[in-house]
Amino acid sequence: MSMKVGSRQVDGVTIVDCSGRITLGEGSVILRDTVRDLLSKGNKKIVLNLQDVNYIDSSGIGELVSAFTTTKNQGGELKLLNLTKKVNDLLQITKLYTVFDVKDDEASAVKSFK
Amino acid sequence: MAMTEQRVSYTLDSSLETIDSAEDKATRIATELGFPDDEVMQISMAVREGAVNAVLHGNAYAPDKKVTLAFERTASDLVITIRDQGSGMDLSKIPNPLAPENLLKTSGRGIFLMRSFMDVVEIRPSQTGTELKLIKHVHGPTAGGKEASQ
Repeated sequence: MSMKVGSRQVDGVTIVDCSGRITLGEGSVILRDTVRDLLSKGNKKIVLNLQDVNYIDSSGIGELVSAFTTTKNQGGELKLLNLTKKVNDLLQITKLYTVFDVKDDEASAVKSFK
Repeated sequence: MAMTEQRVSYTLDSSLETIDSAEDKATRIATELGFPDDEVMQISMAVREGAVNAVLHGNAYAPDKKVTLAFERTASDLVITIRDQGSGMDLSKIPNPLAPENLLKTSGRGIFLMRSFMDVVEIRPSQTGTELKLIKHVHGPTAGGKEASQ
């Protein structure tokens, strides 16, 4: 299953609902293009909802890191929401759980932006 | 791989499709051999990362270069071998992805993930390509109800 994204606004925060696989190729490109497009339109408070992301490889992890640093470098914030166990485990073993701001419910994710 | 077969190998193009195909084959074979779901995921992900290395970093998508992928069931292990025809890799140049200065790098986690998921990872670089060997020990009954020691 390839990756699909849809975005919506909640109290000034952009929630990007992702589903499928974030892997080398199409999945990584879609995520990269989505975040760049949001930033170019001035949307700098971004939450990636990964509830329906069932698989991610090292390229996908790299793309998450890239989205995080690109957003930060443009004065924004990018947070992760609703990690599946697989993705959570991957972020734990790569120590990226300490880098990302990870939330498990949308309301608190939205409120956490200053 | 049928239960009666001990080894199967594939010769694949240096393409993105090969990476997905290698992952699919690993998932199917590990499932058929009776590995539990979490280990099937680990094996398939390790094979995917190995295939990514072979296609991208080894063969650099060159259409005239092939990737060979082999699965072998021994008495105690599933042994997976991935070979490319690239110029080999310098393992000393692969940084530790867990070092604080590398955490925000966007690449360099593939071999680390393979080592996290498999029992043994051997990488043999050479002038004619790189051979990657991934080994997962078999625990308990395998497909068909045969014990691992049989």
